[in-house]
Amino acid sequence: MLTIRRCLVEAIVAHARRDHPDEACGVVAGPVGSDRPERLIEMTNAERSPTFYRFDATEQLRVWRAMDAADEEPVVIYHSHTATEAYPSRTDISYASQPDAHYVLVSTRDPDIHELRSYRIIDGTVTEEPVEVVES
Amino acid sequence: MSVIVSVPTILRTHTGGEKSVTASGATIAEVIADLETRYSGIEKRLVKDGALHRFINVYVNDEDVRFAGGLAATVRDGDNVTILPAVAGG
Repeated sequence: MLTIRRCLVEAIVAHARRDHPDEACGVVAGPVGSDRPERLIEMTNAERSPTFYRFDATEQLRVWRAMDAADEEPVVIYHSHTATEAYPSRTDISYASQPDAHYVLVSTRDPDIHELRSYRIIDGTVTEEPVEVVES
Repeated sequence: MSVIVSVPTILRTHTGGEKSVTASGATIAEVIADLETRYSGIEKRLVKDGALHRFINVYVNDEDVRFAGGLAATVRDGDNVTILPAVAGG
């Protein structure tokens, strides 16, 4: 189960809406081992594409070092699908390398209603999990 | 030429849990070959068909080696080599 504050959900959705029709991506960092997403970091989609995303590698190094220095880890790794449902694509599964992360997908295909879902992706196996949104 | 290599969580099964290891070589290819002599299996996680695997980012100090020759990128004594899993998808 992913437990996440409402303000973080709103910020993820706002980022996805802003970058639509390109895919948006980012992380929510939290203290190592806490499983608690706290600090949202919007990442640059180096692909600037409606069908693909990749964290800008140089930005990723800087963000990962800052997390290390603060004893944080990427608790949530999120990206948007802009024309399809919020379910991991084959490419998403092949790249997923963080067994402890919650992979959050948000779909912006409907201009009014977003769809936000969360998954564990371990060794190519996708398991959906409930998302509990708590008040900030 | 001795460098310090930061190993991401997903590859620490090869390094006995070590987060940071030393290696020698004048290029990224040589550094990886040297790691393979001690941490068997790590090379095929990093290299595919003679190039860096697309799932992996490698940096020398702050520079992404994709823009510095990839496996042929040179390293100097005391450099920090950081390996990170690329975060990408569709």
